[in-house]
Amino acid sequence: MFKRILIANRGEIACRIIKTARRLGIETVAVYSDADKDALHVEMADTAVPIGPPPAAESYLDIDRIVAACRASGAEAVHPGYGFLSEREAFALALAKAGIVFIGPNPQAIAAMGDKIESKKAAAAAKVSTVPGHLGVIEDEREAVRIADEIGYPVMIKASAGGGGKGMRIARSAPEVTEGFARARSEAKSSFGDERVFIEKFIVDPRHIEIQVLGDKHGNVIHLGERECSIQRRNQKVIEESPSPLLDAATREQMGAQAVALAKAVGYDSAGTVEFVAGQDKSFYFLEMNTRLQVEHPVTELVTGIDLVEQMIRVAAGERLSVAQSDVKLAGSAIESRIYAEDPYRNFLPSTGRLVKYRPPAEGIADGVTVRIDTGVFEGGEISLYYDPMIAKLVTHAPTREAAISAQARALDAFYIDGIRHNIPFLAALMQHPRWQAAKLSTGFIAEEFPDGFSPPAPAGATAQAIAAVAAAVDHVIGERRRRISGQMAGRPVVRERLRSVWLDRAEIRLEVAREHGGIGVRLLGETDEGPGSGPLIVLSSSWKPGEPVWHGTIDGAPVAVQVRPILNGFRLFHRGVEAKAFVYTESESAAARLMPSKVAADASKKLLCPMPGLVVSIAVAVGQEVKAGETLAVVEAMKMENVLRAERDGVVKAIFANKGDSLAVDAVILEFE
Amino acid sequence: MKDILDKLEERRISARLGGGEHRIEAQHKRGKLTARERIELLMDRGSFEELDMFVEHRSTDFGMEKSHIAGDGVVTGFGTVNGRTVFVFSKDFTVFGGSLSETHAQKIIKIQDMAMRARAPIIGLFDAGGARIQEGVAALGGYGEVFKRNVIASGVIPQISVIMGPCAGGDVYSPAMTDFIFMVRDTSYMFVTGPDVVKTVTNEVVTAEELGGASVHATKSSIADGAYDNDVETLLQMRRLIDFLPANSTSGVPEWPSFDDVERIEPSLDSLVPDNPNKPYDIKELILKVVDEGDFFELSEAFARNIVIGFGRIAGRTVGLVANQPMVLAGVLDSDASRKAARFVRFCDAFNIPIVTFVDVPGFLPGTAQEYGGLIKHGAKLLFAYSQATVPLVTVITRKAFGGAYDVMASKHIGGDVNYAWPTAQIAVMGAKGAVEIIFRADLGDPEKIAARTKEYEERFLSPFIAAERGYIDDVIMPHATRPRIARALAMLRGKTVELPGRKHDNLPV
Repeated sequence: MFKRILIANRGEIACRIIKTARRLGIETVAVYSDADKDALHVEMADTAVPIGPPPAAESYLDIDRIVAACRASGAEAVHPGYGFLSEREAFALALAKAGIVFIGPNPQAIAAMGDKIESKKAAAAAKVSTVPGHLGVIEDEREAVRIADEIGYPVMIKASAGGGGKGMRIARSAPEVTEGFARARSEAKSSFGDERVFIEKFIVDPRHIEIQVLGDKHGNVIHLGERECSIQRRNQKVIEESPSPLLDAATREQMGAQAVALAKAVGYDSAGTVEFVAGQDKSFYFLEMNTRLQVEHPVTELVTGIDLVEQMIRVAAGERLSVAQSDVKLAGSAIESRIYAEDPYRNFLPSTGRLVKYRPPAEGIADGVTVRIDTGVFEGGEISLYYDPMIAKLVTHAPTREAAISAQARALDAFYIDGIRHNIPFLAALMQHPRWQAAKLSTGFIAEEFPDGFSPPAPAGATAQAIAAVAAAVDHVIGERRRRISGQMAGRPVVRERLRSVWLDRAEIRLEVAREHGGIGVRLLGETDEGPGSGPLIVLSSSWKPGEPVWHGTIDGAPVAVQVRPILNGFRLFHRGVEAKAFVYTESESAAARLMPSKVAADASKKLLCPMPGLVVSIAVAVGQEVKAGETLAVVEAMKMENVLRAERDGVVKAIFANKGDSLAVDAVILEFE
Repeated sequence: MKDILDKLEERRISARLGGGEHRIEAQHKRGKLTARERIELLMDRGSFEELDMFVEHRSTDFGMEKSHIAGDGVVTGFGTVNGRTVFVFSKDFTVFGGSLSETHAQKIIKIQDMAMRARAPIIGLFDAGGARIQEGVAALGGYGEVFKRNVIASGVIPQISVIMGPCAGGDVYSPAMTDFIFMVRDTSYMFVTGPDVVKTVTNEVVTAEELGGASVHATKSSIADGAYDNDVETLLQMRRLIDFLPANSTSGVPEWPSFDDVERIEPSLDSLVPDNPNKPYDIKELILKVVDEGDFFELSEAFARNIVIGFGRIAGRTVGLVANQPMVLAGVLDSDASRKAARFVRFCDAFNIPIVTFVDVPGFLPGTAQEYGGLIKHGAKLLFAYSQATVPLVTVITRKAFGGAYDVMASKHIGGDVNYAWPTAQIAVMGAKGAVEIIFRADLGDPEKIAARTKEYEERFLSPFIAAERGYIDDVIMPHATRPRIARALAMLRGKTVELPGRKHDNLPV
């Protein structure tokens, strides 16, 4: 076994690898760019080596520097994590040349699977099911129909030279093929000047399902079941789970066997993932193979009880796999949410800055439910614009999918972050989504269910009730303490009213609050109920004290977590994806508040505001210039991504406030229209 | 007998209606509450005892003898806020537009005198049209008596003015002499002369909002210490403020059981000061992480934002916080910031509220605008205020403490009781670049030498240790331990006693 390994990565995955290495008694070496010198992985590792300036190309992607860091630190092996150099054949070769072990597959396997066409060929050769189709040129309608009949409907007729949906036709029957073939051909000809078309099986509502494989250097390969990652936003996975609610044991066995066959065919000798696209009918077809540890590997670890990083290290050290296929048992259900530093209300633009507060929920196992958090950040740390905006993975495991979802929802409720924007509200809303709960998944899920993006959901139903009840309870605790202030007028105890009106934004919920049943009793009243004691009783129990960021407790015995942020005269509460401003008024305060005019926010529509913190790359317009809707106004770079800011409507530029090279904060005014 | 008793209730009902239902409705339509509704929100339920409900004016000129309304445009009395005694007068806009008559003034005077005798805070809610012109000099005399009492009470009991409607002419000077002024956005304004007079005299065309609205006074003139969106929001915040304030200058600060451990460690503070000395950070994060439960009542938030002032609690007891804000103008001291902090320090000192000061100041702001504007005297106000303070002074230098500004910001030399510095502190006459260019003027042509000198200067002087070696800094503390260290210092200073020489009064450079 190795004495010392280097982790050629950063963030949560570097921290996660260090944890396993430490458990195995292996010393760890972190590498870091200038932007990461105070990062968590540097703090956690036994030693750390600087490898250059913040841009990844000059640090984490620089093979020479990493090899030099190995030499300098005396590391015998390197774990690449995911991303960065993890799937670079050149890196594996450079390490081999330097006599350092790569904790990952051999370079040939990386090369074989790295090329999309080569990997498909290898898959076909290993009898892995690939998307049925006819890649050759099709002469006429009759041949097209014959091929389509062979493949099975629906099929897709695609222009060979195509792109952007042009010359693409979906056909569900032979007549549709006849018609579609002709039209696809003529469209292909007019659009691309090339009338060649081909036919492929069309997978309706595809799902993304992948098989985890594990091999050693002695020719053994096993699989560890599947993960479903159908919840994606623009091809970026958001939520992953294991097992897939789609698969049955037989299909799982088939997919696993094919994945193992492919891995064996390419001499795979580490942890890897064979990705499939699956139809709702459980048909499945090879997509590609990832020759690295996946981001979402923890869900597999929780259902199998196998530490994949440990296995990777062991097989890299030459050990034989200690688990046989028959030892692999999938127990319960695991769900992972990826927590990103991005603003869900602003089209998921990256958010950077200081983590003023970062309080993840408690990790551990209780009542058969596991909560695991893989994180690479800490309170007081900085989210820089140089790297991937993923800051943590929240994984829950329970005996059933339903229980894992509810544990996930609760954990998200308690995940408290301030200082940057993050996608927890979106993740929490997904957990509440009936279609997700019913596992009616497809890779189009987010695009179909959130066609106009994600906007803050308004409090309603049980969520509104819980938020109102917690607001009343929190207010009650604060009020009790207020009435214990020193210097009170003698003989005049303060009279407390039991009736309260909780305002959630402009909606009023009347209730009655008092200490009872060992907790705080809240009675919800109708508009006309006069109380006392007339409404149904909800009992809240919690040890929450003013100043605590999360109200942990029970409502009628059921565990609940609600985030509490004080605002002027009230609270901003977060629960189940809903963020609501709550004001707890007495009857007379509420009556007075009803008389107050509602104020409209100042009109910012004439201004172009910087949507995220970033660097101005260019300003595309000049003062006095007339611009049309959709025209580029400015380009702002953040997280290494250039974001083009376009005019939302026609107008004339009145003034420009930012220059090229300026570093702007979120909502900084870039320019103003007349 | 019952008839007689019933008559009282009849008269009360009629008096409570003030100017009548129509005017009450009109008041509501403007988004404003009535004088009595406001008191009801300000005070604990059922605690308000109204006085002088049946007072009427005695004017006989201009037909005034035909028009009498009980209360005469102001509601006065006392009650409690969370059980603590508070006096209040609330102008009733529905009665003669809340205008001040001789009797109206006498009602206020009575309540001022009572508050002084009882040594309890007094709050004025303003929503009125100035002097009752029909009464002439009798009204003016009334104003003068109110003003005089404001001054006598200053520094003895807290006086708070809340502007909730018009406040013009003679009405503005009573608030101006109280400790705090708060305004309601869009529905209140305050000025000495209104837009009409302004137009006649200077030809300037200006709206009431532009001339004296909440946004003007909270950001530009610094007349208002805070502005809120509406009556309800304002009055609830006044309740919150009163929880921080002592009843009078000898009562000591109020105390309540804190839920926040005084020994709480905040590891995130260790990374608050950025590596780059020119990069700003938000000093409010430090304040919020040091005070009990993150509860901070900020004053003058929108004015001179390069300094932050306000109330918080440590171990359940009120403290005043003063902090340079590196996010705005690098936290520099200018005339506005000095005046803002000076007045706050004097309030705290007058009412025995300990002061915690966080220092990150690059110096005083240079330039003709500042010098012509009297920076020397305005800066001196803050220096004077701190030097004069006899309350516990605990100071923590987080980063820069340069030049004269170091002395001013509650340094050891002017009376700081416990002065701490973070390891990131730089206590020096000036920053490295400026210092090297002066000390090593001869080397200016040689950038290499200058760079070496700068490095040398930084290493030697830009640390807290030179000051600590001399005992100007009592200890260098870890940022994460700031709250416990401040809490222990304040606990130790609970019995602080300082005798100043007797005098008539000091001569603050006003």
